[in-house]
Amino acid sequence: MGSPTLSASPSTSVHRETTTTRRAPWWRSRTLKGIGYAAPTAAVVVTLFLFPLVLMVWMSFNHWPLLGKHAVNGLTNYRAVANNDLIRQAVVFTLRYTLVITVVLFVCAFSLALLVQEKRRGVGLIRTAIFLPGTVGLASASLLFLGMFNNEIGPLTPMLRTLGIVHGPVSWLGTPNMALLSACLLIVWRFAGLNMLILLVGLQAIPAELYEAARMDGARRAQILRSITIPLMRRSIAIVLILMITGSLLAFDQFYILTAGGPDNSTISIVMVIYREAFTRLNLGTAAALSVLVLLAVLVVNAVQFRGLRRDED
Amino acid sequence: MKHGKTMSVRRAGYYTVGGLLALVFLFPLAWAAWASVKGQPGTAQQGGFGLANYRQVVHFGNGLLTYFLNSTIVSAFTVAGTLFCSCLGGYAFSRFNFPAKGLLFVLTIAILMVPYATILIPLYVILGYLHLQGSLLGLALVLIMFQLPFATIMMRTSFESVPRSLDEAAEVDGCGTLSTLGRILIPGVRPGLVTVGLFAFLASWNDFVAPLILLNNGAKFTLPLAIVSLQQQSFGVINYGALEAGVVVMAIPALILFLGFQRYYVRGFMVGALRG
Repeated sequence: MGSPTLSASPSTSVHRETTTTRRAPWWRSRTLKGIGYAAPTAAVVVTLFLFPLVLMVWMSFNHWPLLGKHAVNGLTNYRAVANNDLIRQAVVFTLRYTLVITVVLFVCAFSLALLVQEKRRGVGLIRTAIFLPGTVGLASASLLFLGMFNNEIGPLTPMLRTLGIVHGPVSWLGTPNMALLSACLLIVWRFAGLNMLILLVGLQAIPAELYEAARMDGARRAQILRSITIPLMRRSIAIVLILMITGSLLAFDQFYILTAGGPDNSTISIVMVIYREAFTRLNLGTAAALSVLVLLAVLVVNAVQFRGLRRDED
Repeated sequence: MKHGKTMSVRRAGYYTVGGLLALVFLFPLAWAAWASVKGQPGTAQQGGFGLANYRQVVHFGNGLLTYFLNSTIVSAFTVAGTLFCSCLGGYAFSRFNFPAKGLLFVLTIAILMVPYATILIPLYVILGYLHLQGSLLGLALVLIMFQLPFATIMMRTSFESVPRSLDEAAEVDGCGTLSTLGRILIPGVRPGLVTVGLFAFLASWNDFVAPLILLNNGAKFTLPLAIVSLQQQSFGVINYGALEAGVVVMAIPALILFLGFQRYYVRGFMVGALRG
């Protein structure tokens, strides 16, 4: 409380006397005021975050239909999750997608960040253009690409045809691999700019003297990248990787809208199964059990990454 | 001389690559705008250019205006609620001491660690307990919760960058904490508030999963939900003209706000990226 300016004033002793006499009530009310200001946050966190977490665990041990009464059924929901082929398929697909998109998106975002880090005239415009798709919602972007991939109205097939790469129509969403590739194209377009921006913050924090010193020592570009840029960007790299991995494990919009899980259920993600259990099969208990498992998996992944990050920083 | 020449060649190369990349990223947006007015067989706009697709979307379902209004209401509630909670919360976290302060802060940040989609199922049930199931207000409350971690970090950082001597002086002059906040501190944290508001708007305007799970009445649908159901109802024969018109209607408010407040948006990324 006693700020330097106050205690340095000539009336120090008088001031100290008044604060001691008034301290107890003043403190108590100030504590109360603090609680009051934090109360809206606390109310939201307790009712809409902690309570749902507890309820989710409770629901997972119950037979909990969308409508009607619920009853405890022990581990039945978890057993149902373990024995469900569609879920197993969705887990495999989601992990495969996560691996592919993390690598592709990271390479794109990092290259873009290296490109736009230079301080030249007009670079701001290039950055804005690359970043602009990030403001369009993922659902809108998925609908947009649904049109882009269409063979009659979409522009992509004619472009490939003009370049002589293909001759007939392209089955953008027709085979499992093409559907995955098309979804990746959409995600890179939508998210490359956002991740580029986070990496750019890390890039620009590296002191220019380090680069100059390396260049004086005759280091080549690849060497500078490997031994200066990447090690000093550990933190930003870790952040974008955590965001990318968590985001892809929870992929929903792009597969629900763009591929509708097809062809042949080949692009059903884990969150799509949660949605399907809850609102198509009307079984909230199984959906909750699956949610608990996904939550635990994501927490483990994040904990491992944070630990790796901390170890690197020490 | 030779040096100057390679430099200018390199510069031309840089701008060519950069410009091409910019075009690649802008192309889908430009195409959507073009496809929404261009005549195509199988759409409302049979030939030439015109707004027939937009006229068709306006009358879709409960009317585009209803969905636009729903989206606006949800976004307005979310922005207002997020600003209210995070402004007072940021003030509390940076200027006051109270029991369990650290715990509350950690719990607020922990929302980031819990995947969004997984707690929507229990939230659906809880909104039922609160008699808010299927309501725009209930949806906004959930969206506020998802915004809180970022907003709280942002606002605490903003308050901490305002010198304490300012509000201490005001309190010595007899200002209560509330009027200190309103008169002295809010002007100082205004950029932080703009950033938080912008993020809350974009997140709530664009969100799809939360409305999909929490709203069940077609008359309450937000824009993304309505346009997706426009696409799904016509399965097999998608009207791409109307679809792209819908995409344009959804994208324009977000793009305008982003371009207008770009500085604040990028600032949010800086704080987010530095604080992790």
